[in-house]
Amino acid sequence: MATLSRREVLKGAGALTFSALAVRVAAAPAAEGVTPALVEAAKKEGAVTFYTAMDLQLAEHYGKMFEQKYPGIAARVERSGAERIFTRIEQEYKSNIHAVDVVNTSDLSHCTAWKRNGWLEPYLPAEVVQHYDTIYYDSEGLHLTTRVLVSPLGYNTKLVSAADAPKSFADLLDPKWAGKMVKAHPAYSGTIMNSTFQVARDLGWEYFEKLAAQRVMQVQSATDTPKRIMLGERAVMIDGAGYLLIRNKEAGHPVEVIYPAEGTPVATSPSAIFKGAPHPNAARLFQNWLHSREGQQILVDYARQYSPHAQTVEKPGVRKLAEIKLMKEDAIGVERDAEAIKARYARIFGV
Amino acid sequence: MTIAVPAQPDRRVRGFDLSAPVLYAFAAVLLLLIVLPLSWLFIYSLTDQKGALTLANFARLFTESAFLDPLITTFIIASVSAVACCAVAAPMGWLVARTDLPYSGVIRALVTASFVTPPFLGAIAWELLAAPNSGLLNKLFRFVTGAEQDVYLFNIYSLPGVIFVISCYTFPYVFVLVANSLDRTPGELEDASSILGGGRWYTARRVTIPLVLPALLAGALVAFLQAMTLFGSPAILALPAGFHTMTTKIWSLFQYPPKPELAAAASLPLLVLTIILLRAEHLILGRRGYSIVGGKYGAPRLIPLGGMRWPALALCLTVLLLPVFLPYAALLNAAFSPIATTLVTPSNATLHNIEFVLFELSAFKLTLRNTVILGTATATAGTLLALVIAYVTARRAVTGWRFLGFLATAPIAIPGIVLGVGLFLSYTRPPFILYGTLWILLIAFVTIALPSAYQQLQAAFRTIHPELEDASRILGATRLQSLRQITAPLLRTGVIATWCFVFVGVMRELSAAIILFTSETKVVSVLIYDLNESGDLGAISVIGLAMLIITFAVVITINRIPGFGQTRFRT
Repeated sequence: MATLSRREVLKGAGALTFSALAVRVAAAPAAEGVTPALVEAAKKEGAVTFYTAMDLQLAEHYGKMFEQKYPGIAARVERSGAERIFTRIEQEYKSNIHAVDVVNTSDLSHCTAWKRNGWLEPYLPAEVVQHYDTIYYDSEGLHLTTRVLVSPLGYNTKLVSAADAPKSFADLLDPKWAGKMVKAHPAYSGTIMNSTFQVARDLGWEYFEKLAAQRVMQVQSATDTPKRIMLGERAVMIDGAGYLLIRNKEAGHPVEVIYPAEGTPVATSPSAIFKGAPHPNAARLFQNWLHSREGQQILVDYARQYSPHAQTVEKPGVRKLAEIKLMKEDAIGVERDAEAIKARYARIFGV
Repeated sequence: MTIAVPAQPDRRVRGFDLSAPVLYAFAAVLLLLIVLPLSWLFIYSLTDQKGALTLANFARLFTESAFLDPLITTFIIASVSAVACCAVAAPMGWLVARTDLPYSGVIRALVTASFVTPPFLGAIAWELLAAPNSGLLNKLFRFVTGAEQDVYLFNIYSLPGVIFVISCYTFPYVFVLVANSLDRTPGELEDASSILGGGRWYTARRVTIPLVLPALLAGALVAFLQAMTLFGSPAILALPAGFHTMTTKIWSLFQYPPKPELAAAASLPLLVLTIILLRAEHLILGRRGYSIVGGKYGAPRLIPLGGMRWPALALCLTVLLLPVFLPYAALLNAAFSPIATTLVTPSNATLHNIEFVLFELSAFKLTLRNTVILGTATATAGTLLALVIAYVTARRAVTGWRFLGFLATAPIAIPGIVLGVGLFLSYTRPPFILYGTLWILLIAFVTIALPSAYQQLQAAFRTIHPELEDASRILGATRLQSLRQITAPLLRTGVIATWCFVFVGVMRELSAAIILFTSETKVVSVLIYDLNESGDLGAISVIGLAMLIITFAVVITINRIPGFGQTRFRT
């Protein structure tokens, strides 16, 4: 099953939704389907701007698929790391520039901030209400989980044999990996912000201090680390997009995934429509399609990620989420600690 | 006997001289352009998050190693790069301009090619070449020597690596200044030395070198300042290399939650250092300036190299291997390769990257259009502005010309990224709300281009003796008339060169753009940076090559327009 069975995965998200409910009681918006009127209005707008942290190939693939499904609506993708997207939107909205229609971040805590700012437009696609567990969407319909990301370890099979490969985070401290590892950065990537929070919480910051002594190559994006080990620039990937490892492996490249013994960091990746969206109807249509069975099946088949849609059909080759020992996501903790994490991380790794 | 002479109309009677108002208008524009963002930077550097007056930002700057280390690193990078650039560029400039080096035109064109290569693109290309494990050169080295997997020849992710890449794309500044200066050095002075018994080397030492020294010193200065304020190459390489430069540090301060007050404070040492250096240059050169294009000098004579001609050419080409041939080859390879650092063979060659960029990458066309619009507009506006200021300062045409000159040079001290923030702070509030439009990028690019455009045109003015203009004005022309009829034609080459220079500068610009862009006003350089973040090297190679083709097309087209670019002013 490509859908998620383990509610604990999103305990953090659930708690977040719950606490929001406790503060103010807001009615969920009525679920909406794709109506001819919506399609017509969207076509009149003619474009949708999608800010996203997902890998560029996938994001553009989604754009093209959407354009094929609804000819006449041009999808423009604005891709960068989730933390940069967060900065970008902050900068634009504070200056009254409303360019973003739909955003997909890999850091759930961003939605909390946007929600607090009152920037999000409530919208619940009918299919989401029907086929998504309630932990996967905001009770006020302000944001929906699009995909669930894991950040496992990985290695280049030409450079490391399966027997030698690290099995756990602890293994990475072995001197034999000094100078041979690559890692992404929490100040750029939402996935890595979450994984840094979870690893620091479970293994302690001392772990990162020891890791830094291993002369780790530092890159920005969680989508870059899998590519670096694919090139053979480094042998082992400490964190990054697990789905790219699987995609690259399936494309015949010499890479392999390892789910570390201590637990694999996890991040849910929500999408939201902005209130000031320049193409509000196209935004709704896109949001609807992205979270439909069709859009979510692309996520499973093409992107090799975990879908929250109950009806998606699994494609073999990806380990089931229920069979991976996951660390616990805590979006509230991430929002609270994000700045401290960035500062401490920069001090430890020097960049 | 008296002869009645019919009253001649006074030929010197003329209309109102518009020059002063026009010049003051330009001064006002300049003032607004530079003083506004700088004021905001000063204000921010002296205030805390709540807006209260404080020196805490500077205290942090000079006590925390998070700021001191990048400051020291930046100083090392800038110094070593400047020395390296001069050591390479000065001899090459001399070979090309003053000797009978074969194919010297080709060498000039290749230096231009390295100049138009954006430093961030060069850095990415050098990643493809010299990343310790996946780099093509290191792979070749291991293949040839049979060395172990971990052994490498070059490591681009290191301080020397960063210095090397920065120097590769900074040395053209020195080269151009030196070669142009030597081009203009009149043969008569050297002839005089020879006639008076000076040998070839004596003449070089006592006449040619002193004549070119101002250009060399200016070149070293420009190289230092370029290296100090460069964002592109360090942005690509410094993070994997594990250190910050001032520019990458300043950028990191704008990540959420942004700390513009710290960034403003962090930029001021760079500003102060630059002012000191400009003063020092002035003191060293003193009043030694040479007007070397008058109405009556001849072309320089070329020194025969004899048997050294071909080795000298080989030397030049070897140097150019580093900024041009190797990186372009690496990009070309990556564009057609399934994996960026795998050598293309007929069996694995793919058009996937090109298809992706042309048909899937939805931001490509928009960014390309923005970049071309901004390049053209910036080059036109920037050249015009620089021309007027250079004229004013070279001819001391209005009171306060010294201040104008300072203003035009000042932006060189402001890292583009900090200028970006200054502009962001200035133009996101009334009366000028420009953020989110191409205007704010235009202002940024013009401001960034101004110092070098101004210096180029000022150097051009300096070499044209005022006697030519004086003659025109004595004969009754207004200042603007003599400018148009005498100075402008003499300056045409310089102006065209400056226009191209600015256009290319826009293509290369990343540091301000990365602060000021919105998704609608994104430019190609930012797109490439974003692609680098996610490691999409194949797409970068395709876009980079497309960008280079456009740049070359523009430069070559303009040089082909009859009368443009081909005229050299040796009367």
